[in-house]
Amino acid sequence: MAIHADNSHASRMEPGRESAYDMPDANGHFGPYGGMFVAETLMYPLEELLKAYEGCMADPLFQSELDADLRDYVGRPSPLYHAERWSREVGGAQIYLKREDLNHTGAHKVNNTIGQALLAKRMGKTRIIAETGAGQHGVATATVAARLGLECVVYMGEVDVARQEANVYRMRLLGAQVVAVKSGSRTLKDAMNEAMRDWVTNVDNTFYIIGTVAGPHPYPMLVRDFQAVIGREARAQILERTGRLPDALVACVGGGSNALGLFYPFIGDTEVAIYGVEAAGDGLETGRHAAPLTAGRPGVLHGNRTYLMEDDNGQIMETHSISAGLDYPGVGPEHSWLKDSGRATYGAVSDDEALAAFHHLTRTEGIIPALESSHALAYAHTLAATMRPDQSILVNLSGRGDKDMHTVAHHDGLVL
Amino acid sequence: MSRIAARFEQLAGRGRTALVPFVTAGDPNPEVTVPLMHAMVAAGADLIELGVPFSDPMADGPVIQRATERALARGVSLTQVLEMVRAFRAQDQDTPVVLMGYLNPIEVMGYASFSEQAGAAGVDGALIVDLPPEEGHDLITMMRDQGLDLVNLIAPTSTEARIAKIGQVASGFVYYVSIKGVTGAAHLDASTIADKVGEIRAQIRLPVGVGFGIKDAETAGQVARVADAVIVGSAIVGRIESLADTPERIPESIAEFLGGLRAAIDVADGVGHGSTSR
Repeated sequence: MAIHADNSHASRMEPGRESAYDMPDANGHFGPYGGMFVAETLMYPLEELLKAYEGCMADPLFQSELDADLRDYVGRPSPLYHAERWSREVGGAQIYLKREDLNHTGAHKVNNTIGQALLAKRMGKTRIIAETGAGQHGVATATVAARLGLECVVYMGEVDVARQEANVYRMRLLGAQVVAVKSGSRTLKDAMNEAMRDWVTNVDNTFYIIGTVAGPHPYPMLVRDFQAVIGREARAQILERTGRLPDALVACVGGGSNALGLFYPFIGDTEVAIYGVEAAGDGLETGRHAAPLTAGRPGVLHGNRTYLMEDDNGQIMETHSISAGLDYPGVGPEHSWLKDSGRATYGAVSDDEALAAFHHLTRTEGIIPALESSHALAYAHTLAATMRPDQSILVNLSGRGDKDMHTVAHHDGLVL
Repeated sequence: MSRIAARFEQLAGRGRTALVPFVTAGDPNPEVTVPLMHAMVAAGADLIELGVPFSDPMADGPVIQRATERALARGVSLTQVLEMVRAFRAQDQDTPVVLMGYLNPIEVMGYASFSEQAGAAGVDGALIVDLPPEEGHDLITMMRDQGLDLVNLIAPTSTEARIAKIGQVASGFVYYVSIKGVTGAAHLDASTIADKVGEIRAQIRLPVGVGFGIKDAETAGQVARVADAVIVGSAIVGRIESLADTPERIPESIAEFLGGLRAAIDVADGVGHGSTSR
């Protein structure tokens, strides 16, 4: 075959075009974002982690072990579902759902914990720690720790422990110790602080499984790479189904791991529009939200430079969202880069809009989505209505809504 | 010569180890801090580390976390901390003051603006916990232009290669974190500290301070035998916490505690070889 001068055209139908996009650089920077802003004690352990990770990625044995686990334990590939009835009601573009809700443990989180746990085993670590907000990452971590026989400690803000009892019980059933964090705002950011403190203290035998594309380098890259299986599968699936790439991608963004997992393999496909959806909470104008990309500014937190919700003195602000998984004042640094570079567009959806989408999808398709994913659905609804029926949108349905029954019932004035 | 260099030179000439107390600025209220700084100097402090409150103090244990929360509850900002240093300088032109904290308040103020304002207020240096040398180039440059030192941490996990890298950028003094852990943790092991301080001295020709885990006169004396500066934080901040309801008693109480540490360090300096090795 002749070599085309226009590379983007030549590789249009081929997966793996992310190779043309080479972020982050060797020091973990995505332009001005990312990096390694941690205490000196953690610098050498992070260097070791990077070395181990690069070794594993180059090792076909590690890859085949990971692929087998994703297939036999997680249940991959997850289906791509054409939500025909919902698309008809919306009255615009065809909407396809990447069904990460059908994974073992009910969300995309396990793609990453499987990968990091295998890495921990390779590095000879015997103890796993994690932070969690809603409890989904905590459950996904406790799950893989149980399977590999590793000690597991999960840090969770005291506020979240109270509002996510079922997931706390689930983690304990799986053998994890759940530590309620009582400092600061007693939510996800404080759980992450506490996990960092544990890691700095027990760094010799402990592996810290970060649940999103944030934290110091190499975590944002490593979590993205483990989650990129979502986008690789979805790209191949939609090409097979429709013969062309989607016109747009939509995913919710808290820390942003499900979004980057979907977006990453499409970054070189410049004809595909990319939309990330943050939590507008009670509304951006109220200040009670969790939308740093939409309404924040750059700063440094949890080991990286990124957009944050912070006050004029550089103190991190408390956030609000009905979905605990989006209730975080920062965001993965690669999203900050994608925003500034213009490759992705970020918007925000309120609690009420997300709830409406939650009910709408449940009633029209018989799929109960997570409240996090409902933010992406609400945005996709509005976007699809502006598009033609021969166009398509690919939405990451990142998790199932079973965990949110109490929250939704409470909002509707019911007690379960 | 900078105030920090002058102070260490003066101490070395007399064969003495520096006593460096840490307090969180504005804990338990902003009015206490400047009188407390003067009281600490009178009790034998040679350099003061002043903590800048940050909402997410990832490297600190519960004692300093709570101090930070008390200061933030009173709305203490980086700008106010600089004003406290300016007020301190009105009466004390000799005792070096090093700010200790996290990067984000400085990011928001802007590196150039921070460096100028800190220099003008009479700050001598800053120790930024979450700024390793890999990320520090821009801030180091701007601080140097204002005559400020960026004090680096060295940890038990720092390899020989990392110590060399830190040596290329460090100024003022280096701060050896004696344990893997957060501030205020236990288990200080004097013999492993001596080994690591030896490794540091082989590569870095700056004074070496040791902190984390120094709780009382006994541990202060042990550390004084190997270090150029004994840094004490949580033990002081814990005492401040216990007096939060009677803040007028804080300067006197902390001065008394420092007096005990000073005496133990002086004994160590008399029998030890810490500062005389330099």
